[in-house]
Amino acid sequence: MTPDTPILELRHTSTQFPLRNAWGRRTGWLRAVDGVSLSVVRGEILGVVGESGCGKTTLGKTIAGIFQPSTGEIRFEGSEIGSLSPTEGRTLRRRLQYCYQDPGASLDPHWKIGRALEEPLVIHTKLSADERRARVRGVLAAVGLPQTHLDLYPHELSGGQQRRIGLARILMLRPSLVILDEPTSGLDVSVQATVLRLFLEARARFDLTYLFISHDLSVVRLISQRIAVMYLGRVVETGATEIVFAAPKHPYTQSLLAAVPEVGGARVTETFWLAGEPPNPTNLPTGCRFRTRCPRAEPRCAEQEPALRHLHDGRMAACHFAE
Amino acid sequence: MRDLSVTFTTEGGIARVLDGIDLSLLQGEIMGLVGESGSGKTTLARSILGALPPNARLTGQTLRFDGRDLLTLGARAAAEQVRGRTITFVPQDPFSSFNPLFTVGDQLGELMRWKSPDRQPGERIYARARKRADRDRTLAMLRSVQLADPERLLTKYPHELSGGQRQRVMIAMALLPEPRLVIADEPTTAVDVTIQAQILKLLRKLATERGVSVLFTTHDLGAAWEICDRITVMYAGQALETAPVASFFREPMVPYTRLLLDSLPSRDAGLRGIAGDVPSLVAPPTGCRFHPRCPGASDVCRASHAVAVALAPEHWVRCHHPHREPVRA
Repeated sequence: MTPDTPILELRHTSTQFPLRNAWGRRTGWLRAVDGVSLSVVRGEILGVVGESGCGKTTLGKTIAGIFQPSTGEIRFEGSEIGSLSPTEGRTLRRRLQYCYQDPGASLDPHWKIGRALEEPLVIHTKLSADERRARVRGVLAAVGLPQTHLDLYPHELSGGQQRRIGLARILMLRPSLVILDEPTSGLDVSVQATVLRLFLEARARFDLTYLFISHDLSVVRLISQRIAVMYLGRVVETGATEIVFAAPKHPYTQSLLAAVPEVGGARVTETFWLAGEPPNPTNLPTGCRFRTRCPRAEPRCAEQEPALRHLHDGRMAACHFAE
Repeated sequence: MRDLSVTFTTEGGIARVLDGIDLSLLQGEIMGLVGESGSGKTTLARSILGALPPNARLTGQTLRFDGRDLLTLGARAAAEQVRGRTITFVPQDPFSSFNPLFTVGDQLGELMRWKSPDRQPGERIYARARKRADRDRTLAMLRSVQLADPERLLTKYPHELSGGQRQRVMIAMALLPEPRLVIADEPTTAVDVTIQAQILKLLRKLATERGVSVLFTTHDLGAAWEICDRITVMYAGQALETAPVASFFREPMVPYTRLLLDSLPSRDAGLRGIAGDVPSLVAPPTGCRFHPRCPGASDVCRASHAVAVALAPEHWVRCHHPHREPVRA
């Protein structure tokens, strides 16, 4: 496999949830992820950004196999995994791990850290108890925690330490692709910086590829090589992080970047123009989904949905006016 | 202009959550209170409001608001005249602060019944004329926080509103009693950046137009930069530095403030955190509570917490070894 082969490739992947009325009859579909095509190259960090409700978590969970995609393909290391049943996909998915948003809530409060870390090995491998314990100790040292932490319960750890345990648990099975879902939300800035540094160290040491889902644009800018901006289930702009941040082409990306307060920069509150909130995803506008909030919207935007197309600098944007 | 100065110490059980905080707020000013979680920002906000949990004890020299000492004011008088009237609160999570069983209109009506600026102290009957005036006032306020179609909004239940709408209604509720001080406790942590920008804009506008003072607690330094006039940094229950916003970011003097600003994700600085953990408040470090993590700590830091000195105009510092040179030119 050449280094440029995508480790993960999505083609027109959609995830829909049925909407039901009070009697359980289906009244429609909520398209949480709608025709997303993405590829992740081995070794890179792809940042997925967007506001809450834009489908970024659903996208991550669909790739991890927690939700079944309704249409489209998901190829991981060359094989199709979207249509596999959970049992069939289990061996493949050992190498594709999903890191939950709040590791404190996803650890069993009755289990000591040592047992929680050992569990994936019990399920997925045939290692002996001694080998398992040796590997737990190795990974714990790699995430910078002392061995004494194995005998603690999750509530005895601080937020930053819980993230470390979450990462350690992911690393147990030696995955190649890790989906990090909002890995820094709820952390203080001083802790956030150390946790991010740990992610980067682990990536270099264990040869990982990250799909980094976050709403924090300043973090994504710092850590990822490429980004994909999502709005209401669609990717509206994607490209190299530096290019997109330097000159965003889609009006939504522009407003998202303009909304981030930057210390020492211009006051966002004096220039910010985007009004309103995203429309209800069960009742999407026709044509371009952003047109109800877009300052450049024209009649054409209501009639025809812009496709994600290549621009001259290699990025892709889904806007009629982007060039 | 009337000065508002607060000086107090609280004692929550045996944990010393706040340790000798001095703070003053001027009329129409937005004071940012920044610090990491567990630094005592919310406790400080709550003690001004008089809404501490029952196991907390508030001690201090003075806690004066508008010429009145809130420490000696009785609980009844505080509830009647101060809390919810001249000092109001915008909570962190607007969803859990609404009652899910009543419509937004019911809840706003209930608020106006007891806290309307027209109400005389001790008044028990809700007269028709006042009710009508209050309703008009409510609708006007909802329009001024940029909520479309306020009549329909009043008939909705809290879960029918989006996060941004709920936070706007909360701001409207905090402003309806025509307070002189609004305490906003992390009002933008639960909302997205585009909504955050709109809400910050709203707070800034209201403070400027109505002359309301705002105590804005946040852990987001970017948000503090956006709208604050002055900023106070807290660490483990101690206030370390107070400065006008420009000099706060240009020439922070306390080592903790510098490290905090360095932890912000940015291209040139890379990833720098602060080593170590926030200390336990039950057995806090002696003297300056930051000394175990401070690169410039000395024996005098372990022995005592420095008294506040103004090293530049309006720039108060409580540190034995402040940096004196600006960060960048």
